[in-house]
Amino acid sequence: MLKKPILFASFLMSFIMLAGCEPLLVLDPKGPQAQTQAKDIILSIGIMSAIVFIVFIILAYMVYKYRASKQPADYKPPHIEGNLLVELICVGIPVLIVIYLSFVSVDSNNKVENPPEEYANEEPLVIYASTSNWKWHFSYPEQNIETVNYLYIPAERPLEFKLYSYGPITSFWIPQLGGQKYAMADMVNTLHLAASQPGEYMGRNANFNGKGFAENTFDVTAVSQEEFDEWVNEVHSNAEPLTEVKFEELLEPGHVGRSTFTGTHLTFLPPPEHNHGGSEEQNEHETHE
Amino acid sequence: MEFFERFAVPHPSPAIYASMVAIVLVTVGIIVGLTYFKLWGYLWREWLTTVDHKKIAIMYLISAIAMLFRGGVDAIMMRAQLAQPENTLLDAQHYNEIFTTHGLVMIIFMAMPFIMAFMNLLVPLQIGARDVAFPRLNALSFWLFFVGAMLLNISFVIGGSPDAGWTSYFPLAGNEFSESVGTNYYMFALQISGLGTLITGINFITTILLFRAPGMTLMKMPMFTWSALTANVIIVFAFPVLTIALLMGTMDRLFMTNFFTTTNGGMDMLWANFFWVWGHPEVYILILPAFGIYSEIIATFSQRNLYGHKSMVASMVIISLLSFLVWTHHFFTMGQGALTNSIFSITTMAIAVPTGVKIFNWLFTLWKGKITISTPMLYTLLFIPIFTIGGVTGVMLGMSAADYQYHNTMFLVAHFHMVIIPGVVFAMLAGLHYYWPKFFNFMLNDKLGKIEAWVISMSTLLAFMPMFFSGLDGQARRMYTYSESTGFTIYNMISFVGAIGLASGFVLLVYNVYHSTRYATRNIPSDPWNARSLEWATHTPIPEYNFAIVPTVDSTEAFWDAKENGHVLYREPYTKIHMPNNSGMPFILGCIFFVWGFSFVFALWIPVLISTIGIFACLIHRSLEKDHGRYIEVEEIKKIEQAAGARR
Ligand code: HEM
Ligand SMILES: [Cu+2]
Ligand SMILES: [Cu+2]
Repeated sequence: MLKKPILFASFLMSFIMLAGCEPLLVLDPKGPQAQTQAKDIILSIGIMSAIVFIVFIILAYMVYKYRASKQPADYKPPHIEGNLLVELICVGIPVLIVIYLSFVSVDSNNKVENPPEEYANEEPLVIYASTSNWKWHFSYPEQNIETVNYLYIPAERPLEFKLYSYGPITSFWIPQLGGQKYAMADMVNTLHLAASQPGEYMGRNANFNGKGFAENTFDVTAVSQEEFDEWVNEVHSNAEPLTEVKFEELLEPGHVGRSTFTGTHLTFLPPPEHNHGGSEEQNEHETHE
Repeated sequence: MEFFERFAVPHPSPAIYASMVAIVLVTVGIIVGLTYFKLWGYLWREWLTTVDHKKIAIMYLISAIAMLFRGGVDAIMMRAQLAQPENTLLDAQHYNEIFTTHGLVMIIFMAMPFIMAFMNLLVPLQIGARDVAFPRLNALSFWLFFVGAMLLNISFVIGGSPDAGWTSYFPLAGNEFSESVGTNYYMFALQISGLGTLITGINFITTILLFRAPGMTLMKMPMFTWSALTANVIIVFAFPVLTIALLMGTMDRLFMTNFFTTTNGGMDMLWANFFWVWGHPEVYILILPAFGIYSEIIATFSQRNLYGHKSMVASMVIISLLSFLVWTHHFFTMGQGALTNSIFSITTMAIAVPTGVKIFNWLFTLWKGKITISTPMLYTLLFIPIFTIGGVTGVMLGMSAADYQYHNTMFLVAHFHMVIIPGVVFAMLAGLHYYWPKFFNFMLNDKLGKIEAWVISMSTLLAFMPMFFSGLDGQARRMYTYSESTGFTIYNMISFVGAIGLASGFVLLVYNVYHSTRYATRNIPSDPWNARSLEWATHTPIPEYNFAIVPTVDSTEAFWDAKENGHVLYREPYTKIHMPNNSGMPFILGCIFFVWGFSFVFALWIPVLISTIGIFACLIHRSLEKDHGRYIEVEEIKKIEQAAGARR
C-alpha cells in the first residue's frame, strides 16, 4: 500500500537533488534525532503527494468531462443530494491516513523528546546553552568550560542541552542534528541530540528576537571523544577564566565573535530554577497553561 | 523637546520620508478635491452616516483593497531585500517593521474587511432580510475597524511601527526590548478593530438566527450564510480572548504590570497561549466564509446544486469546534513534552478530514454538471489544487516531531501563504468578480479577469513553492539577510520573481476595474450568471429595502427553484417598509476612538480622559435618543419596483 507514496517521494527527492545539487540540510541528517524527523518528513511528503495527485486527477477529469461546450445545449444537470457510500469513502480514507500518521507522530515524539536509543549506554554530555541579545553562551559544567558562539561536541555520544535565555524567547536549532526547542528566560528546557559522525554543522537561533536576529548563529564542530578531550585540555591550559564582570559585559546587546573561557557562568549566575523536562516522566507538571 | 522626540520616527529613512510626503499630499488632494467638487455633503449623507449594509459592504471592500496594496508593497520590499544575499536595500530594523506590519495588515486589515464586505452584502440578501439586526452597530463596527487600520497605518510616520512580529511575543514585545511606541500602536489598533469585529459577530449571529425569511429553516440556509454563521460564532468565542490578552499586554507596557514579562512571576508563554487561542480560530474566521463563497460559485457555474449540502454544513461546524483545540501546534517547541505535543498533533491533523470532505464535495459538484468557466469559476478551479498543496503541508506541520524542523522556517511561511492566498485572497477575488454587479451594477471584464486569475495563481506558486525548499535547507523566517554560502539565493530570487508576478496580477485587477468602469454596459440583467440563491432575486441596483416583499422559501436553492421549478417567492401583498435612519453617531464615535487610541499610544493622559468621557457621552446620548426610524410607503415602493422592472 505504501509503494506509491514512496515512489512519489523518491521522485520528489531526485527533483530536489537535481535542482539543488546539495541535499537540503534537514533531509541530510547527521544524528539519530534528525534522522527520525527526516524519515517522518519523507514519509509524509510521500503520502501527501499521493493525496495531491488524486485531487489533481479528479479535478482535471471533472473539468474536462463536464465542460458545457462538450455537452448538448439542452442538457440539464440533475439534482444530486449526496451519496452515503461516496461520503464514507471521502471520510474513511482520510481518517485512516490521519490515524496512521498519528501513530507515527506519537512514536516520533517519544523518540525526539528522550535521549537517543542508539547511544543509550553512553553517559550524556550536559551542555547549558543560553542566549543573550544576540549571542550564544555554551557552558560545559562537567568540563568547567564556557564558549561563546561555537560548540565543540563529541560525536557518537548523547548530548543533553539545557536551554534558557537572558532576554526574548529564542530557539536553539542545529538542523542536521535535530529540530529546535525554545530557550526562555523563566525556565530551563531540555533538548536531547546526538551527532553520529564528526563534522561541521550550522546552528542558529530560529526564533525572532530583534535587530540582531539574522546573525544570531553559531558553529558546531563534532569530533571524536579523544579529540574532544584534547580540546578540553587545551582550553584549560590556554583560556582565561570567566569572571562575573566579563560575563556581565558579554550580556550587553550586540554581536561578538567566538570566545572561550575556563569556568562557567553557572556558578555565579545560575539558570532559572523552573525546569521543563523534555522527557516523559517530567512532563505532567505545571505552568504550561 | 522630549515631547517631540516621542513623535519622531525612531529610524527615519528616505522611504519613510517619501511616504510622509505622499500621505500629506494625498490627504491635501482629497480635501481640496472634495471641496472643489462640493462633495462634502454627499459624502456625509450617503457614506459617513449610512447604516445600509450594502454601502457598509462597499466601504469594507474599498478599505480591504487599499490595505491589500499597502501589505503588498511591504511584501515586495521584503522579497526584494531577500532576493540577493547581503542586500542593503533595507536594514534590520526596517525589515522587522515591515514584516510585522505586513502580517498584521494582511490578516487584520485586508482579509478581515474583505470577508466583512461579503458578509455585509450577502447575509441579509441570502436570508431575505431588509438589513442586519442592528444597523447602527454595524456602522459602528465598520468605523472601529477603520480607525484601527488608520491607527496602524500612521505608525510608521508618527512614533515608529511595531517591530516584534505580528505575533508580538513577549518579552520581546515588552518595554525592555521594544522601546518605541510601535507595540503600543499594535495593541490599540488591534483592540479597537477587534471590538468592532466582536460587535459584528454578535450582530450577524442575531441577524441569521432571527431575520431569516419565512420557510428558511437552518438546513435550508445557503452555504455562504452557513459559513458566515459558523465564522461569527468563532468570532464571539475567540475575540474576547484577544481583548483580554491585549489589555494585559497594554498594562505591561503602559502601567508596568508583569503579566508577560519574565520578572516578578510574569509568564511569556501565557501570551503565546492567549495569542494563539485567538489566533488559530482567527484563520478559520477567514477561511470559512471564503469556503462559503466558493460553494456558491461552484454550484452556479456547474449549473448544479452543491453536492453534499449536509456534510458541507457538518464539516464547517466540526472545523469550528476543532479550531479551538489545536492552538498549541504553534509552539510545539516550547518544551511541553511528548504527551501534550502528541495530543495537539492528533487534533491538528484531524482538521484535515472535514477540510478534505469539503474539497471532495466541491469536486463532486462538478460531476454531471455543465461547467462554464468564467473568471469567478476560474479562480475557484485554480484554488482547489493550490489550496490542496497548502493544506497537505499543514498536515506535515501537524506532525509535531517533524515540526521541530519546520518551525520558524520558510517552510511554514510557504505553508500558510499557500493556504491563505488561494483560500482567502482567491475567494475574495472570485467573489469580487462574481458579486461586482451586485456591488456596483455593472460587470467586470471577463477576459481581463481570466488573465488576472492565471497570473495571480501561477505567481503564487512561483513565489511560495521555493520557500518549502529553502525552509528545509535551514532558512529561518524573519531573517532580513543571509550570506551567499547558505545557498538560499536561488530560492529567494525565484520567490522575488513570483512576488513581482503577483503584484502585476493585482495591478491588472485595478486596470480591469478602471477599464470596466469606463466601458462596461450599465444595462445588465439582475441575475447575470443564472445563479441559485436569493441575493440574485433582488433588482440591480438593489433598492435600499432589498426585497419589496419578503420572499417565502421552500428549499436550499430558493431562487433557482423559483426560476426552474415554479416555486412562488413572493406571496404577500406590498406593505409599508420600516427602515432605520442614517446616523452620524457611529462615525463620530469612531473619531473619538481614534483620539482615544492615539493618546493611549503616547500615554497622553489628559486627551485619554477627555475622549473616554466622550465615548461614554455618545453612549448615553444614544440611550436617551428617540429615533424610531422611518417608513417607506406602499406608493413609493410601487414606483421604485416599476422603475426597476422597466430597467430590465
Ligand atoms: C502578495 C504576496 C505576498 C508576498 C510576496 C508575501 C511575502 C511575505 C514574506 C516575505 C514574509 C516574511 C517572511 C519572513 O521573513 O518571516 C511574509 C510574512 C507574512 N505574511 Fe505574507 N506575503 C504575501 C501575501 C500575504 C497575504 C495575502 C497574507 C494574509 C492574508 C500574508 C500574511 C503574512 C503573515 C501573517 C506573515 C507573518 C509575518 C510575521 O512573520 O510576523 N501575506 N509574507
Ligand atoms: Cu494554528
Ligand atoms: Cu515554558
